[in-house]
Amino acid sequence: MAMLEVHDLEVNYGVIRAIKNISFEVNEGEIVTLIGANGAGKTTTMQSIVGLIPKKSGKVIFQGNDITKIPCHKIVHLGMTQVPEGRRIFQELTVYENLLMGAYSNKDNASLKSDLQTIYERFPRLAERKNQVAGTLSGGEQQMLAMGRALMSHPKLLMLDEPSMGLSPLLVDQVFEIIKDINKGGTTVLLVEQNAGKSLAISDRAYVLENGKIVLSGTGKELSESEMVRKAYLGG
Amino acid sequence: MDFLITLVNGLSLGGIYAMIALGYTMVYGIAKMLNFAHGDIIMVGGYTILLFIPVNPVLAIVAAIVFCVIVGVTIERFAYKPLRGASPLAVLITAIGVSTLLQSLAQVIFGSAPKIQQINLGALQLGQLKIEISTIITLVCSVIVMVALHLFVKYTKVGRAMVAVSEDKGAAQLMGINVNFIIMITFAIGSALAALAGLFYFLKVQTMTTTFGALPGIKAFTAAVIGGIGSIPGAMVGGLLLGVVESICLSIPAISAYTDAIEFSILIIILLVKPTGLLGKKRREKV
Ligand SMILES: Nc1ncnc2c1ncn2[C@@H]1O[C@H](COP(=O)(O)OP(=O)(O)O)[C@@H](O)[C@H]1O
Ligand SMILES: [Mg+2]
Repeated sequence: MAMLEVHDLEVNYGVIRAIKNISFEVNEGEIVTLIGANGAGKTTTMQSIVGLIPKKSGKVIFQGNDITKIPCHKIVHLGMTQVPEGRRIFQELTVYENLLMGAYSNKDNASLKSDLQTIYERFPRLAERKNQVAGTLSGGEQQMLAMGRALMSHPKLLMLDEPSMGLSPLLVDQVFEIIKDINKGGTTVLLVEQNAGKSLAISDRAYVLENGKIVLSGTGKELSESEMVRKAYLGG
Repeated sequence: MDFLITLVNGLSLGGIYAMIALGYTMVYGIAKMLNFAHGDIIMVGGYTILLFIPVNPVLAIVAAIVFCVIVGVTIERFAYKPLRGASPLAVLITAIGVSTLLQSLAQVIFGSAPKIQQINLGALQLGQLKIEISTIITLVCSVIVMVALHLFVKYTKVGRAMVAVSEDKGAAQLMGINVNFIIMITFAIGSALAALAGLFYFLKVQTMTTTFGALPGIKAFTAAVIGGIGSIPGAMVGGLLLGVVESICLSIPAISAYTDAIEFSILIIILLVKPTGLLGKKRREKV
């Protein structure tokens, strides 16, 4: 069953046509990746889906409901949470307070303590630094915090925009392991990556975005074996 | 001994400046705009107090707070909210227009002649020290208000959401925070503080005019910039500092005539040494 359906999405920045009529879907339980070069329109796609950037036209359906015109701050209540590009954690707040902000949309906070515990178990570094101001964390720790913060809202669909950006190879592997693990726990994942090799390896399906258009789609395996993807995104 | 009185007077005046400065700085931090009509909310509070004080002083204070909150939130809703995302210049001009509107309305309703209302709460005699009771009340209340605001921002869900919105509106929305609601709350809090400042400033000057809020408004704005605009502790520190400086200057006959000049010079010097103000942070550019 399709959890997220995007139909004929178009997004403009002034006269620039950033996204030109794209359609794709994410089924329940899947990891789906959008790969594409810098400037292809991945972030624009992700942010317009949740209403952070206005859509020119098109339709977004989440769990059967049309959410095209729902304002951004209501999206998370529906079960769709995004870890934005560049992490965008709240630098002036502590690690603990950032996680609380992640739980902002939760209706009752009965499970707050155990939710925090779960996050601290998954990311022990965050537990060690829970009272530290988030702006002083390293890049890897900030990415862990951004993911932990998103998980506090119990998303059914987790959207991650370039979670491996700027991280050391060791941390990149760790991030992909965590994404796989989150998915195993029952959360559907929509991933955006420039790191095509690693992301295709964990993806059920993927789409290739070029200049605001989807030019190729298939299973993770099909795409990593495709001539075009190998040439353009996997360095041969 | 004299110096102690000067200091208490200064801290008390500084408390008034700090309460107003908090309104400027919170609105700047969260809505990213300079609300030049903020000083006029103090005037609205002052007239409300003047109107109700013959009935009952407590009612006057409550009425001033409630009415200022309504006016502040209404201004935000109808004058500023439609301009969200517009050029800062358009917003600034609108704020100046709102300021003129409020002053003109006050003139239509209350006339242009100053209204004088003597309120004498007496003085406290401690040995050789004589301190006005109103000064002490002002100081105590402003400290309570600042502590309460600090606790609100640090320990409540809405308070933390205010910090989140001031830092990154988009990320705050992704958390489910309704930015428009937080901006409304910010205007409400700023206006309530302005009403209290109006009360205490009125106790001090005991004269109401339509430009009642102009001088404390500009002083408090200076205080907010000295402390680092956008920073809540900065507004508190800047307000208290400016109040003490003003009180000291006024107590020295040789320089008392230059008090305003000295205060604004301090602003210039601090901005030259630390352009972000005393406690302001340089924000990293977002891409
Ligand atoms: N705020 C903006 N204003 C104008 N153009 C933008 C803006 N943001 C992105 N773009 C343009 O839209 C296109 C897609 O950008 P983006 O979605 O950030 O790509 P990606 O995430 O794939 O790197 C690029 O050509 C980029 O220059
Ligand atoms: Mg991007």
